[in-house]
Amino acid sequence: MKPAKLPNLYLIVVFIILYAPIFYLIFYSFNSGGAMRNFEGFTWEWYEEVFADTRLLIIVLNTFVIALLSSAISVIFGIAGALAIHYVRRRQPKNALLSLNNVLIVSPDVIIGASFLILFTIIGIKLGFVSVLLSHIAFSVPIVVIMVLPKLQEMSPTLIDAARDLGASSWHVLTRVIIPFIKPGIFAGFFMALTYSLDDFAVTFFVTGNGFSTLSVEIYSRARQGIALSINALSTLIFLFTILLVIGYYFINQRNNRTSARARAEGRR
Amino acid sequence: MRTNTRNFYLIPYLLWIALFVITPIVLVVYYSFFDVEGNVTLSNYEKFFTPVYLRMTLSSFWYAFLITAFSLLVAYPAAYLLTRTKHKQLWLLLIILPSWINLLLKAYAFLGLFGTYGLVNGVLKFVGIGTQQILFTDFSFIFVSVYIFIPFMILPIFNSLEEMNPSLVFAARDLGASPWTAFRRVIFPLTLNGVKSGCQAVFIPALSLFMITRLIAGNRVITLGTAIEQHFLVTQDWGMGATIAVFLIIAMVVIMLLTGSRKRGLQNNETRKIA
Amino acid sequence: MKSLVQTFVAVLVVSVGLMYLTSYLNSSAGYTGKDTLTIYNWGDYIDPDLLDEFQKETGIKVIYQTFDSNEAMMTKIEQGGTTFDVSVPSEYAIDKMKQENLLLPLDKSKLPNLKYIDPSFLNLSFDPDNKYSIPYFWGTVGVVYNPDLTDLKFKSWDDLWDPSLKNQILLLDGAREVIGMGLNSLHYSLNDTNEEHLQAAKAKLDTLTPNVKAIVGDEIKLLLANEEAAVGLVWSGDASEIMSENEKLDYVVPEEGSNLWFDNMVIPKTAKNIEGAHKFINFMLDPEHAAQNAEYVGYSTPNAKALEYLPEDISGDQRFYPSKELTEKLEVYKNLGKKMLAHYNELFLEFKMHRK
Repeated sequence: MKPAKLPNLYLIVVFIILYAPIFYLIFYSFNSGGAMRNFEGFTWEWYEEVFADTRLLIIVLNTFVIALLSSAISVIFGIAGALAIHYVRRRQPKNALLSLNNVLIVSPDVIIGASFLILFTIIGIKLGFVSVLLSHIAFSVPIVVIMVLPKLQEMSPTLIDAARDLGASSWHVLTRVIIPFIKPGIFAGFFMALTYSLDDFAVTFFVTGNGFSTLSVEIYSRARQGIALSINALSTLIFLFTILLVIGYYFINQRNNRTSARARAEGRR
Repeated sequence: MRTNTRNFYLIPYLLWIALFVITPIVLVVYYSFFDVEGNVTLSNYEKFFTPVYLRMTLSSFWYAFLITAFSLLVAYPAAYLLTRTKHKQLWLLLIILPSWINLLLKAYAFLGLFGTYGLVNGVLKFVGIGTQQILFTDFSFIFVSVYIFIPFMILPIFNSLEEMNPSLVFAARDLGASPWTAFRRVIFPLTLNGVKSGCQAVFIPALSLFMITRLIAGNRVITLGTAIEQHFLVTQDWGMGATIAVFLIIAMVVIMLLTGSRKRGLQNNETRKIA
Repeated sequence: MKSLVQTFVAVLVVSVGLMYLTSYLNSSAGYTGKDTLTIYNWGDYIDPDLLDEFQKETGIKVIYQTFDSNEAMMTKIEQGGTTFDVSVPSEYAIDKMKQENLLLPLDKSKLPNLKYIDPSFLNLSFDPDNKYSIPYFWGTVGVVYNPDLTDLKFKSWDDLWDPSLKNQILLLDGAREVIGMGLNSLHYSLNDTNEEHLQAAKAKLDTLTPNVKAIVGDEIKLLLANEEAAVGLVWSGDASEIMSENEKLDYVVPEEGSNLWFDNMVIPKTAKNIEGAHKFINFMLDPEHAAQNAEYVGYSTPNAKALEYLPEDISGDQRFYPSKELTEKLEVYKNLGKKMLAHYNELFLEFKMHRK
């Protein structure tokens, strides 16, 4: 295992570049100078400002609720979609479905946002939480499909046939055979959907209303006045929180897997 | 029996397509036939075939291609090395995590990092290369775009690498294949599906990039996405914006057809490991 | 499958928990209640303390929502589906909204504090008799420059074409502003619709290309403060912010003339609480409140009486409260009609593409 040094170096460089802008933001969140330049001195001022700003905190919570719920729901739709596309055997309709699936990925956000706004006002859905949630689900579905579909294609049809021969119902085939197999794709889709949702500005802007707002919309609309360092401080807090969450989730998950694996092994015996 | 299952899955999905895909497409096509003053016209389509927009289309495709190529170049080794680490799922999550911080903020950070008096130029000066203009160049534009899209490329490749049966590689090596041959003949073909979905997840949105064309490239790069954004939000010429969008959608369909799954059946049966 | 279900349930539980927390924060901050007023404004474009004071004074709960461009805001108001009681569009947007019947007329009898506004900012072409709008902030378009990076003393637009400024100019990403700069430098009107004049302006702009480093948006403030370029074409509001960040920089309105812009308070047709909207506008017109807001935001206030409450170094600053002589050369953008505006944008797009 001697040549392990160089590859690790590559990964380290990738990680440094990925995190460099974030550390830049964090660094200046402690700047008493008031802007992202000329570090003048250390201060907690911006953090205090964040906690004093109830409106901002509400917006942050809204953002998380929308992201989590929309990702979870779009995963369900996405799995159904991937299965639907997968089961279409003929090439033409399959390609047609795939193209339709990707329309929302290729369409610029402004167009999606504007057309969703028109759609919601025609249907009569009140702009706010529900309309934002629906649109986030809508634009997250295709990315879930894209992440799940290759897993399905890798799956051998004989696996399903075997299960069926053993007398499994459709539901059992789905929950016991297919879903466990495509699980990595599902998680990938979930996290990508989360990413889309947290980052989206244009679509949310158009379909929101009645006092409901998300962090992206707030940050963009502050650009004209210059983005205050309290936004840096807030991002730092969110970043630290998510890092803790991700690491915590990972280790809990790992422990669970280990115990359930052991349980399974014992059960077999 | 198969028919039953198929219909069942299609219902929610088709519902979604009808509401959130067909409706926007219909609206976009509808709007593309109106000029600024609300008259029905084909002039938008005529305008699209003028040199200004044709050049814009070409450069969008060129940049999207470059962004996809570089993303793949960076992402593939990274994904491969990630599969070799302990706690690989954790590292993978940590690759995605930076994209949860607001893009505008990160773009501002890049403005600071790449600026004339920024960190990068500080290093360059220290090394003796001297201050360079990094901001508002093709380099910075492609760099930041790759930065944004890299998780979308790494994720599917990582997943397909994970699924690959490592014994296949060992077998190839045992049979005397060099690492490069093993990669070219065994690993890469087996992960082609992941590479494909990664490229789709990068190339297609890269065509309609905006915002960083202004922030990082200072409007030196103007993509179709930038033009649409302008037409919808600044000019309020929704007709022209919609027309460009129609062409984007057509381009996307063509790409999907070209990268469509033609030789699927072949790979499936060879590569199955018993679950 | 089990771990998937577990994750799914966990996500739901967390979401419900967060929603509960949100509603708790909402009620504790007093954002829910019968008598509410929704204000639709640019982000961070008001002193939040004033909102609190307004709530305390009138008992009306304020909901504050933000937008990032006039056009996006107009689209939202036009489509409806959400309530906005007060908004703050720029003058050209007011003209447009008026034509599209998106505004409600104001009841002046409920705005006694209107008398404090400088009469020269009232009764302007975009809104005769201020039937629909009341000035909130105003400003000019001009040049920010860094004396450390250039020896030029800016007086005229033509100074921008100086060869010493190669790759040193940042431009605002605005068609009217940039084409207007070309027109102004040729001594034409900012509202010129003569095709020959426009082409001449465009041709002159094309020769500026070697000097242009980038065409950018709001980030121009950060870039200029960071001394990324010597010169920037900016709005005066941005200029005052840049100069508070970096005191070396200076701002000048070129002598040929320039643009005079306004952000005015209006009541959109989506308003539900019209009574409260008038109360709010009148509250903001109070000289002390206007002064407090001007200090927070850093833009020029149109409130003549409020100037007395502002520190001398703000109200006496000729760059942001220019002399009568210069003010007379400033022009307010007229609504040129959709077709002409599209033409301006086309010329601007060609100018951008020309740089490649």
